[in-house]
Amino acid sequence: MTDGVGGVQLEGWSCPLPLRGQDRIVLGHGGGGVLSDELTRHLFLPAFGEAARHATPTDSHVLHLGGGTRLAFSTDSYVVRPLFFPGGNIGELAVNGTVNDLAMSGAQPLALSTAFLLEEGLELAVLGRIAEAMGAAALAAGVQLVTGDTKVVERGHGDGVFINTAGVGLVPEGVDIRPERAQPGDVVVVSGPIGMHGIAVLSEREGLQFGTELRSDTAALNGLVEVMLATGADIHALRDPTRGGLAATLCEIAETAHVGIEFDDRSVPVPEAVRAACGFLGLDALHVANEGKLVAIVPSHAADDVLAAMLAHDLGKGATVIGRVTESHAGTVVARTALGASRVVGRPLGEQLPRIC
Amino acid sequence: MKYLDEFNDPALAGRLFDEIAAAATRSWAIMEVCGGQTHSIIRNGIDQLLCDRVELIHGPGCPVCVTPLEMVDRALAIAARPDVVFCSFGDMLRVPGSHSDLSSVKAAGGDVRVVYSPLDALALAAENPAKEVVFFGVGFETTAPANAMAVFQARERGLHNFSMLVSHVLVPPAIEAIMSSPMSRVQGFLAAGHVCSVMGTWQYEPLAVRHQVPIVVTGFEPLDVLDGIRRCVLQLEAGRAQVENAYPRAVRAEGNQVAQQMLARVFEVCDRQWRGIGMIAASGWRLRAEFAEFDAEQRFDVGSIAADEPARCRAGEVLQGLIKPDECECFGVECTPRTPIGAPMVSGEGACAAYSLYGRLRPEEAVGDD
Repeated sequence: MTDGVGGVQLEGWSCPLPLRGQDRIVLGHGGGGVLSDELTRHLFLPAFGEAARHATPTDSHVLHLGGGTRLAFSTDSYVVRPLFFPGGNIGELAVNGTVNDLAMSGAQPLALSTAFLLEEGLELAVLGRIAEAMGAAALAAGVQLVTGDTKVVERGHGDGVFINTAGVGLVPEGVDIRPERAQPGDVVVVSGPIGMHGIAVLSEREGLQFGTELRSDTAALNGLVEVMLATGADIHALRDPTRGGLAATLCEIAETAHVGIEFDDRSVPVPEAVRAACGFLGLDALHVANEGKLVAIVPSHAADDVLAAMLAHDLGKGATVIGRVTESHAGTVVARTALGASRVVGRPLGEQLPRIC
Repeated sequence: MKYLDEFNDPALAGRLFDEIAAAATRSWAIMEVCGGQTHSIIRNGIDQLLCDRVELIHGPGCPVCVTPLEMVDRALAIAARPDVVFCSFGDMLRVPGSHSDLSSVKAAGGDVRVVYSPLDALALAAENPAKEVVFFGVGFETTAPANAMAVFQARERGLHNFSMLVSHVLVPPAIEAIMSSPMSRVQGFLAAGHVCSVMGTWQYEPLAVRHQVPIVVTGFEPLDVLDGIRRCVLQLEAGRAQVENAYPRAVRAEGNQVAQQMLARVFEVCDRQWRGIGMIAASGWRLRAEFAEFDAEQRFDVGSIAADEPARCRAGEVLQGLIKPDECECFGVECTPRTPIGAPMVSGEGACAAYSLYGRLRPEEAVGDD
């Protein structure tokens, strides 16, 4: 390579050395994307060995208890900064999130455990508000908070409050909702506008304003699922697109069921403030977390009934069909762009990193 | 959304595609300079719908991609110091240095923080007087004014625990370098709209004349990009080589003069190494001597850092338009966004990452019309 404008030898352009993964946990391992998936598949499952041979690594697992009784079991930990944000707080998230994990298997949630990791110095008034919110959220979702645990870590070793909840629920007879059941011809329905939770939390944390205030969509979805099931439709799969957003959820379904999924970019409901924030920060709304939305994979003949039931429910007022399951491009999610081209939709790698410009 | 929806209209886009196809009587190769444009082209599938006589070559305008390896290594060494709070825009966190990246330095105990503005870093410096707060000042002319302002304010406010690791690069010398290469196939440029909103269009006039190449200042929404391509093709067909502004809602000929004044006050032009490209004379900015005390390179002695970039991948050929990212043997096999071998695979604005993230299906898997 030589110096000087015009002296650059383009044919000699080379590329830098690779960085082959990390030898420590990085934040991206908790982002719900490729890194999280790798951690589960390449560390946890092999390490657990035989003991995890029946594991369902994501969301909830359904245990067959005999006599036809099926128990859905799920756990999730909640780490969010700030603890309070427009539309909710960590307590509501901790209840709604686990209720939703159960509901996505079609289960009627029964009871939750609550475990707190508290940082020394946390104000009791703050904890009280969080606990009250949990009580109210549980009441609204119709679940009992039945057992729990509290640990305190030294100041500086936590972020105020971390909460783990685990939950159980009963899967009604005849209901079989799993991502594996998505099949060509099925219709993809999303229950409302996406990206609100992620952008609301980010805006609050970073002090960013995007015109209108965005509120987190945190909500328990078991009531919505109940009315969807009440139509009698054989719903094939349900997922709540939390971390990793709609893109990660659709990719997971496509990969698990070995089917293609195709959707129209323009049919995905994205609120204007979410679009503005994503445009400003270089984020993709399809990758932004939701806490009160679901994706339903429904046989096409039942789609109208399910959609009508959703639209009649408070949490499904913005429900809309965004695409369909295909036989072609199995394992891959494809979006049709507004211009009529197509592109492959990938999972986010780890946490979303705002772009420079 | 105002100023966005209007520039995404599919019917108008269809007309522009038709106009471009009608105008192009022979094959043309046009380079979009900016990574943001590459992103938009691939995300919207513009390159799939463009008539095959117009080829888009993805340029080197991704700040993450061209920040030299030595500078990344220097950032890693500074960020690992216990007395330092190291602030960066988010997408620099995963850029591989020789042996590590910022997110790994953070995991190993370094205080690395993602900020949204250099002024956030300045606020951190004010809040943490016992800490050294360092901001990683990377990017093109677009990000430079805010960085200049941060250094200027640090001096005004006497925030002596603030410093900046400056690795700014400039677009016109890169265009000059590309056009001077005997290998170059580029016949027209889409100049980066946001760079020009700061610097204006006047810098490009001599380039257009000297190299007889049309340069169209272009925005980022689909209609912006298509209008830029259309104007470029019309110039090429007519044998013209002029600077044209296809992004007038953001760009004025004189640019943002307040920003330019701040830039001139704080920065001076220097030679700059471009990752994967090499040294380009007068292609960057560094802090002026009067702001030397805010220069992190001078403040922190991290030893002499020299890094070799082994020729692992074919990024150079990608950036020249000799191959598309997916023609590289490494693409999608050993080089993925998860395991980048080359810098263009790191940032969403890098051509390889854009191909990977928004990649197209192979023809046999094409989506049907039913």
